[in-house]
Amino acid sequence: MRKFIKGNDAVTIGAIYAGCDAYFGYPITPASEIAHTAALYFPPLGKEFLQAECETAAINMMYGAASAGKLSMTASSGPGVSLMQEGMSYLAGAQLPAVVVDVMRTGPGLGNIGPEQGDYNQAVKGGGHGNYRTIVLAPNSVQEMCDLTIKCFELSMRYRNPALLLADAVLGQMMESLTIPKDMLPREDFSSWCVRGDAETRKNLVCSIYLEPDLQEDHNWLLQEKYERMQCETMSESYLCEDADLILTGYGSCSRICRSAVDALRSEGYKVGLFRPVTLYPFPQNELNESVGSKDVLVVELSNGQYRDDVRLHLKACDPRIELANRMGGNLISVEEVKTKAREILEDGQ
Amino acid sequence: MIIKSKGFYEEFERKAGRKRTTHYCAGCGHGIIQKLIAEAMADLGIQDDTVFVSPVGCAAFCYYYLDCGNVAGPHGRAAAVASGLVRAIPDKIVIAYQGDGDLGAIGFNNAFQAANRGDGFAHFFVNNALYAMTGGQLAPTSLPGQKTTTSPYGRDVVKTGEPLKVCEIFNQLDRPVYIERVSVADTKRIMKARKAIRKALQIQKEGKGYAFVEILSPCPTNMRADSVKAAQFVTDEMEKTFPLGCLRDRSDEEAPCCMDIAPRSVDDIVSADYEGDEITDMPDIKERKYKFSGFGGQGILSLGLVLADAASELGRHVSWFPSYGPEQRGGSASCSVVVSGLEIGSPAIDHPDVLVAMNQPSLERFLPTMQSGSVLIYESSVPLEIQVPEGVTVYPFPAADIASDNGVAKAANTALLGCMVELGLLDMPDEDVAAALARSFAAKPKLVDSNKKVFEAARAYARERLV
Repeated sequence: MRKFIKGNDAVTIGAIYAGCDAYFGYPITPASEIAHTAALYFPPLGKEFLQAECETAAINMMYGAASAGKLSMTASSGPGVSLMQEGMSYLAGAQLPAVVVDVMRTGPGLGNIGPEQGDYNQAVKGGGHGNYRTIVLAPNSVQEMCDLTIKCFELSMRYRNPALLLADAVLGQMMESLTIPKDMLPREDFSSWCVRGDAETRKNLVCSIYLEPDLQEDHNWLLQEKYERMQCETMSESYLCEDADLILTGYGSCSRICRSAVDALRSEGYKVGLFRPVTLYPFPQNELNESVGSKDVLVVELSNGQYRDDVRLHLKACDPRIELANRMGGNLISVEEVKTKAREILEDGQ
Repeated sequence: MIIKSKGFYEEFERKAGRKRTTHYCAGCGHGIIQKLIAEAMADLGIQDDTVFVSPVGCAAFCYYYLDCGNVAGPHGRAAAVASGLVRAIPDKIVIAYQGDGDLGAIGFNNAFQAANRGDGFAHFFVNNALYAMTGGQLAPTSLPGQKTTTSPYGRDVVKTGEPLKVCEIFNQLDRPVYIERVSVADTKRIMKARKAIRKALQIQKEGKGYAFVEILSPCPTNMRADSVKAAQFVTDEMEKTFPLGCLRDRSDEEAPCCMDIAPRSVDDIVSADYEGDEITDMPDIKERKYKFSGFGGQGILSLGLVLADAASELGRHVSWFPSYGPEQRGGSASCSVVVSGLEIGSPAIDHPDVLVAMNQPSLERFLPTMQSGSVLIYESSVPLEIQVPEGVTVYPFPAADIASDNGVAKAANTALLGCMVELGLLDMPDEDVAAALARSFAAKPKLVDSNKKVFEAARAYARERLV
């Protein structure tokens, strides 16, 4: 069964099938439709919806709901997600499951509501304080806006860690067909740590403070071990990379633009391929290296090289050629611009 | 050594050092207040049902002592955490405990909004007229002239404002059930505080709503005073600004019921709406890229949606990507529709195969992007003053006139759809387009027939004049 639907609406559908119990959020373009559909669908399903007074309140309401063992979500865009960073750090520190959706717009500051990918570092490197990581998934279609929202909840529960769906304005605002999920996501048992106001959980404590340095360090090591365990969860896509001379790479809407560029360049006789990370944390390092090897790389992004820096960090080849094709400010990079840059690299290499 | 209090843990296992004494300084009010809360929880038999939210500051470690479910959150956010908790476990008891910097400064809005919503928790607000844990700084509640580490010359109310009277502010709100200010500066006052704390918890047990108790409390350490003098400061100085007493008690009234929303199942809400079959790849269907552009309000986005819906119903891959936000209010609106038999790459379009332009800015913006072999349809009342790229087929079309002549001035977009059908630009059966057009008026059935008329008139015009 499927329907033609907006990307932002697909996030809410995903949340419903993930068994999300509550939505706490504050409106912002281009993410607001997620709140609109949550406000419409959640109450009749017996779920909570609350428009919070600010993003800081929203993320802390999620902290409260998660403490009680409930699954909650919020959706926002750059300025709002910035306000949530302290809360993200607390969620990670207290090991609580929660899902944040960032439908990226431009920045820095107020920017505008056009698509950009400038929140990459904040999302992937952790915009809050302390030694923590956020699980980050990057959809590239309306279908994945739903499916990866569910995956965010799944991983968030499995690792007791906040997960972030890193979308952008293109994905939030566009419409495509969504095939609805067949099953509800199974719920994990949180009794061992949550505090839900009953005899079984009365002994539990949700917090992120350890006054003794040794205990705080132990807690940090425990988190680092958890992040190591997460490394098996990487997801990625490789398209026509085997015989390629040049690998394009981009995530989110840029991976769609790259795919068009690959098809167009192939029809012109150029051997190019596409590597697309689906998980940005954990980063699919092995998959990237398998697809790229020692080939040249063209990174395509709507930011100033934030993703390029990670590609460089993760490539094992000795002194690989890594070029960047990017736009910012709400301008999408065109297929034509990507093709031109790719041709330049290919012809330069001959 | 202290005697174990009701509602406290037997031993304070979470605390470093001595397991039977609290970490509070001699003469501090926190220990007394927490004992009163613990004792009230025990007497009311609610320890199993209670989740307590600790603040940041000296009371960050309430969870060392209080034998109930415990949560510790960020500075200032205990109220927001509690607001989340009461929605997660609405039948349980939630307590939030905050100091004057925590509640009165950084987290004031969260507390205020929780009070305004009437969120069902007991809110204890400990006012000692300064920041304690961080080193005796100026609080919103510090008294005029009060010397603190960040007001070494005394609080200058001209520059830093008057002391914040939280009870009086919250008393302006409709939803709180109970608001009282008490003190723990001496035995007589402690007995009144005990009563107020028990009342706030009783209100939670009965599910009546939001209860707020402000508790004036001495801080000898940061006042650089002994216990007696610190307590005297509370009774002699603080109470002048913060008079004790009950500001509101509506605990005898029935708790109001929230709006009744009829329950529905997931299948009912989500699945029932989903009727299309799976998409299958159709390599014979060539990819086409359509750009629709005009003024906001001309139905440009809807025109693209009708095409997208028709193609989607036929099981094709379709993407629809609009301009959005303030741009669409009064300014230009546009959308890109890609229809393909195979998976679609970019939903954005660099070079449209078909451009439908309803105004001059659209022509200026998109006509130069057109390549040989593509088709332009434009509203013929708009002068075509721009160089048409080589190889582009151009159809001027009086969409506005056809719509007006057929009685629906706003249906120029429907006329354009008819024109596209007649020119064979949609690559799908006519009846599927007509069906999608009818579906687009599902919410306004009155408009179906009139738009059908426009649609047919447009087709006739295109057939006679353009084909």
